[in-house]
Amino acid sequence: MDIDLIANILFATLRTGTPLILIALGELVAEKAGVLNLGQEGMVLMGAVSGFIVATVTGSLTLGVFAAIAAGLLMSLLFGVLAISLVSNQVATGLALTIFGTGLSAFVGASYVGQGIEGITPWIVPVLSDIPLVGKALFAQDPLVYLSWVLFIGVYLFFKKSRGGLVVRAVGENPEAANAVGMKVTRVRYAAVLFGGAMSGLAGGYLSLAYTPLWTEGMSAGRGWIALALVVFASWKVSRVMLGAYLFGAASIMHLVLQGLGFEVSPNLLAMLPYVATILVLMILANDAAKAKLNTPLSLGQPYRPQV
Amino acid sequence: MTLSINKKMAAFSVVAALGLTACGKAPETAEAPAAAPEAAAETAAPLKIGFVYVGPTGDAGWTYAHDEARKALEAKYGDKIETTYVESVKEGADSERVIGQLARTGNDLIFTTSFGYMNPTLKVAGMNPEVKFEHASGYKRADNMGTFFTRAYQGRYLTGLVAGSMTETNVIGYVASFPIPEVIRGINAFTKGALEVNPDVKVKVVWASTWFDPAKEREAAETLMLQGADILTQHTDSAAVVQAAEAKGKFAIGYHSDMAVYGEKAHLTATIHNWEPLYTAKVEAVLNDTWTSEDLWPGIAEGTTDLAPFADVVPAAVRELVDAKKAALKAGEMRVFDGPLLNQAGEVIVAEGETMEDGALLGFNQYVQGVEGALPKN
Repeated sequence: MDIDLIANILFATLRTGTPLILIALGELVAEKAGVLNLGQEGMVLMGAVSGFIVATVTGSLTLGVFAAIAAGLLMSLLFGVLAISLVSNQVATGLALTIFGTGLSAFVGASYVGQGIEGITPWIVPVLSDIPLVGKALFAQDPLVYLSWVLFIGVYLFFKKSRGGLVVRAVGENPEAANAVGMKVTRVRYAAVLFGGAMSGLAGGYLSLAYTPLWTEGMSAGRGWIALALVVFASWKVSRVMLGAYLFGAASIMHLVLQGLGFEVSPNLLAMLPYVATILVLMILANDAAKAKLNTPLSLGQPYRPQV
Repeated sequence: MTLSINKKMAAFSVVAALGLTACGKAPETAEAPAAAPEAAAETAAPLKIGFVYVGPTGDAGWTYAHDEARKALEAKYGDKIETTYVESVKEGADSERVIGQLARTGNDLIFTTSFGYMNPTLKVAGMNPEVKFEHASGYKRADNMGTFFTRAYQGRYLTGLVAGSMTETNVIGYVASFPIPEVIRGINAFTKGALEVNPDVKVKVVWASTWFDPAKEREAAETLMLQGADILTQHTDSAAVVQAAEAKGKFAIGYHSDMAVYGEKAHLTATIHNWEPLYTAKVEAVLNDTWTSEDLWPGIAEGTTDLAPFADVVPAAVRELVDAKKAALKAGEMRVFDGPLLNQAGEVIVAEGETMEDGALLGFNQYVQGVEGALPKN
């Protein structure tokens, strides 16, 4: 393998991992607050279709990105009203959100299938992008990839350094206790869920405006579910989300790259690499049960009824 | 307590309603055109024709081509026919329900357009002997159920001529889905075309192991371009490969439909499906009471397989060559897999002066000379 090839694999790995980072960061924050939202796939698709439609109609990719975020926000608001205010079952509501988002995005996007747009182009940093090996991967990506790094650092610092991070965790660990010391449990959970929705919407916008600038039904192709597994894979640690997303990205690229290099490996075998990786990590986690337990938000998936 | 239960139930009913909205999408499209039959029935009793599609009608691919033919039928026959379609019907049990409903609501002829509808169509056909069925791409037939498919590989061969003539790196990339005979046949036909005009050409295949995942299709395309491919084509269902070629300033050849809109500079031509001649023949036969159950495999000669218009960059000499070969295929003067045909190991599959019969074509399970890499075991 020559250096150019490795540089290109790195480049593609970061790009492939980006939607996973965005979705998983959002879901991680929601889960830290004790809310399990299984609606990612639906929110991503709504983000993708809204971003694409707005970008096509207005001709502005920036507006498209904002529309994608807004669509994700609206979808998660719907989830919030049902699962937080009306205290419905989070798992059922999340699944319904996925089905709803998949159907609705197909419906509103029907007349936009088969259209092409000029997608978001990379911002190539001069000089730095010429660094051998890593230059292309780190300094020749599109702006949303850079944004995913900023968001990653933001979420990391939020949990590491800020009081807000502590509040979110307190609400996710023990909402009753958090309420007793005067924290607004419902409000915090809403904020966390909305953040998750915005991130999923952004990931959808990344898919339909930057990665593959087109809209087709079901174009997220299961990335919402992979991101969900990724949060478990990362055992609710922000830093591991990034690592895991790139690992998954690399695994799904390798399946194609190895074929290109002429290795005689079954593509089916290679295609399952990310999933095998997830199962392996789950097994490792299971071996260190106590540690995994410590990381899991204790009230995850449990509805909270405000005491009156 | 009561209050919270009520709240909970309210929440669930909203959720349920949302779920229903999503699920209700497909049948609704069917009901709209089906709403007017009574008024029409009194005057002329039009022939009612039903269509079952596996994807959305706007997929720029397989289903899109079928729906274009349906629209052409409507335009051609006007009041004499009445069409109904149901899109995005999942293969399996769901399709049996949809096909059965179309049969019960008075459709006289029903086209089911995906391989996975084979058994459901057969079952519904058994229960509705007065209704005629046409199933695409399958191999099971009944007295009231015929089958049809397209010789898309003929289009592949012609586009292979274009790719072989225009490549500068002598490496052509092919993003494929799954190693089944239909896909392998396409790769081989394409390679044979490319080799005929360029003995140095290599066709590199990357199996994406999916029919549809735009991001993965794009990465597969990038991989091929890294390996030196300067022309790409694909046997997957999105236009991501054409887009990837456009972004890198390479060329691409579309499949299913004219994909020029996705790559203004990249798109050279495409293998496209045109079901109109076949659908017209079938409708005509039902109208004249001459319909029989048969197995049709039309291609270039019948117009079922065709090419999208050439891009301006395709040289005149190449166009002439392709047009000449197309005419020869049409006239039956040649066939795509006429011998001598060698496999990768250089062994003769089809001897000189012979040709590959349909049975062998339907079971094609090895690469021909010119394809690089090993065929994955299925």
